[in-house]
Amino acid sequence: MTVRLGTGAGYAADRVEPAADLAERGQLDFLIFECLAERTLAHGHLARMKDPAKGYNPMLERRLEAALPACVRQGTGIVTNAGVANVPAAGRAAAETARRLGLAGTLIATIEGDDVTHLMTPDTLLPELGQTIGESGLTVVGANAYLGAEVILQALQHEPALAIAGRVADPALFLAPLAQRFGWALDDWPKLGAGTVIGHLMECSTQVTGGAYADPGYKTVPDLADIGFPLAECQADGSAVITKLPGTGGMVTTHVVKEQLLYEVHDPAAYLTPDVTADFTSVRLMQQGADRVAVSGATGHARPRQLKVTVGFDGGLLAEAEISYAGPGAVGRGELAGEILRQRMTRVRGYQGPLRIDLIGQNAVHATARRQQSETRDVRLRAALRTQDRALAELLLAEVDNLYMGGPAGGGGVRGHITPSVTTQSLLLDRDAIRPRIEVFRA
Amino acid sequence: MKHRVPLRAVASARSGDKGDTSNVAVWVYDPRHYEEVKASLTPERLKREYPALFRGAIERYELPGLHGLNFVLHQALEGGVNASLNLDSHGKAWSFLILALEVEVTALNDPPPDTA
Repeated sequence: MTVRLGTGAGYAADRVEPAADLAERGQLDFLIFECLAERTLAHGHLARMKDPAKGYNPMLERRLEAALPACVRQGTGIVTNAGVANVPAAGRAAAETARRLGLAGTLIATIEGDDVTHLMTPDTLLPELGQTIGESGLTVVGANAYLGAEVILQALQHEPALAIAGRVADPALFLAPLAQRFGWALDDWPKLGAGTVIGHLMECSTQVTGGAYADPGYKTVPDLADIGFPLAECQADGSAVITKLPGTGGMVTTHVVKEQLLYEVHDPAAYLTPDVTADFTSVRLMQQGADRVAVSGATGHARPRQLKVTVGFDGGLLAEAEISYAGPGAVGRGELAGEILRQRMTRVRGYQGPLRIDLIGQNAVHATARRQQSETRDVRLRAALRTQDRALAELLLAEVDNLYMGGPAGGGGVRGHITPSVTTQSLLLDRDAIRPRIEVFRA
Repeated sequence: MKHRVPLRAVASARSGDKGDTSNVAVWVYDPRHYEEVKASLTPERLKREYPALFRGAIERYELPGLHGLNFVLHQALEGGVNASLNLDSHGKAWSFLILALEVEVTALNDPPPDTA
């Protein structure tokens, strides 16, 4: 038996059409929408506080409109973490979408229990900071534990058309369907390790089909504008072939798959998830024809005893403003603009905190790592600071705007924005403290 | 015969982030270059090349079967997405800091880059 898993999304704002294509043509057993990054949840908590009907992935309805009819018709189960910080609201929105699509009666499962905000107290220690929440002075927005495959598996035993979770470990979204179909025991560590590797490879959608990869002259990827999402043909022994639909852009080669294998991985012998300590070091990759890479050999050891929790905090405001200089002497004029701005913010306005000033085109992203000289004739000054004080954020934008008339010659194209930000810290909680639960209902 | 080339000529890399820690995994195209790249690309060297950016400890994990080296760079993201004022607060472009470094490798006829 082969179980066919497709990735329908690899991050909160991922494209919709490749998922529709996979739902239609992929002959899938499951289509998985992974919609969460570390800070997405904190933003979800903020959205829910403003409006109790929000706080789930804002693209959920669009994703379901594109994929649900084909999935229901073909018996493909959808598994997603698109519930973000409001799983019940996501469940209701999904039911409403299903009815609107003429799919009343569709079975939906929701998975909750990841929200542990109520367990955060002023005495809770933040190990990365070495302070308690109270000592840090930070305002908690929400806290979520990473649930594993176990509770997703419980939901899948009801054979829902759609299972919606909030924070679960990304690879668990893929591991749970495999454990269900193959009957893997949840202490069969080598199988869980192998399934976790498949999930890890698949969870970032196009990053395993040639996205975030091309480097002209060195690495060529065909038809990136039409890049397809990945499909895994999985076997009961934990091996799989990673591939994509014919006629889609991108490519699946052993080198592409390697790059994704250690993406955001630290020790490849001990990749920790709620389900297993996965070992990537024995993974073997083999090209099996065009756009087909066989993955085998992964293994695993006992799961960690505690669960990781991400705590989100109000991070204040990020203020950024930019102005361009072009033509002869652009770099010199940009540098002078930077000096003027620094004097205005510090000496005249009395700001003492961190202020970043980059010259985009000459030295920006890599500026801290190394000095760089160039004769470019097109630079863009960018200034940034973080603050809790909106007036200060607005001051930075005003001072950059004033460079139009009070700065060097030929400055143009001022833009500025103030973005509310969240910050996160991690801690570990005992499993006993967390009570995952499911609810199953019909649309 | 040995020659000095940018790492980018013989390997590719991808960076990822977790908090203020960056990881850059380097994948050597031709297995014949793996030991040479490994000898040249040590944690001490990365620390020496970019001391202002890579402020913490650096660990290197090896995947000889796949010709990969994984560098875990602590305190290397200017505070990470929580605090950094860098445009690229995830350090997605850190892979190219590593790929820009020169390594000494045996000259091969036409090392195979990954092209479709």
